[in-house]
Amino acid sequence: MINFFSNSNIFTWIEKLINFVNSIFFVLLLVALSFALIFSPPDYLQGDSVRIMYVHVPAAWISLASFTCIAVFSILNFIFKIKNLKLITRSIAPIGLMFTCIAIITGSIWGRPTWGTFWAWDARITSMVVMALFYFIFIVIHKFFQEDDKANKISSIVAIIGLINIPIIKYSVDWWSTLHQPASIKITGTSTIHSSMLVPLLLMFFVLILYCALIFLMKYKTEIIRIKSKNLKRYD
Amino acid sequence: MLPKKVKKRVSLLAVLLFTSVVGIFLILNALNKNILYFNSPTDIKINQNINFDKKIRVGGMVKKNTLKIKDQEIRFIITDLKNEINVSFKGTIPNLFAEGKGVVAEGKLRDKKFFIADRILAKHDENYMPPELKNIMKENAK
Repeated sequence: MINFFSNSNIFTWIEKLINFVNSIFFVLLLVALSFALIFSPPDYLQGDSVRIMYVHVPAAWISLASFTCIAVFSILNFIFKIKNLKLITRSIAPIGLMFTCIAIITGSIWGRPTWGTFWAWDARITSMVVMALFYFIFIVIHKFFQEDDKANKISSIVAIIGLINIPIIKYSVDWWSTLHQPASIKITGTSTIHSSMLVPLLLMFFVLILYCALIFLMKYKTEIIRIKSKNLKRYD
Repeated sequence: MLPKKVKKRVSLLAVLLFTSVVGIFLILNALNKNILYFNSPTDIKINQNINFDKKIRVGGMVKKNTLKIKDQEIRFIITDLKNEINVSFKGTIPNLFAEGKGVVAEGKLRDKKFFIADRILAKHDENYMPPELKNIMKENAK
């Protein structure tokens, strides 16, 4: 059992997973993109600019989900000190930051033709920027502190505090009056997005999740290599 | 049961989380009025000490059949279904600006009933559907 979670064993599993994701990713990407860009209808109000949604919304979801993962794993790591978890949190952070930036940038591009402005300091957008800063701090801490233990302790605390921001992002559009519209897709109750647009949206979400997993696994792999080479140096 | 060291870390974490949640809640509570991106016409009516020189944002729905375009000037009424405010604007409007849709106007109040906007933003709702469906819905409504 202990052997199963050893870095060498995980390494071989990651290699297999990367190969598997690689084999299906591009086919699925083509399918999802053709649904999103060609087969889905334009919106009755926004016309074709609604197609930005197929990148914007999944990117925002993934960025929120990755941060929640980082925070939950940080909590577990802080309490139980499991070595693998700190590698996982460190590997999720860069792709999470990238998706946060994608969500903010595509939102800005989408806002110009629809709202009439690139930027508005409303609660939703500001809280997203705050999350991007949390990601940034989390990554930078690992670059600044050479000792791993210290870096892990501080970055875990940053992630745990950042966790409070997640419900603020989610409910900002309901609690305060914002320029950003409320959520179209509700876990309970009916969604206010037509099924001909919902299907491509979910497809794109799935594909971008795969992409996120791919980058995460590659980063995880390099983290393991880094640790192994460090251990080798110790024996020199 | 859990070893003593682990218990200690759990309680430290609980205290840390609790205090930061309370702290952030207090900050948001204090900022509550400032977090609002725009005021509704009702907010403006209730507010006793309005600064007429300060830029503010008024938001609501463009009242149906009130949109008038004369020369360069666009006039319409913003309503929150309880109170209304007249808006005058010169400039370009976003694509989604239309009667019966959400709008946020940025500018200065001349008096409590009249607002001079220098920027108009469209606030769109959470409904997405293909145009054919919208036409069918319109016909059904007739």
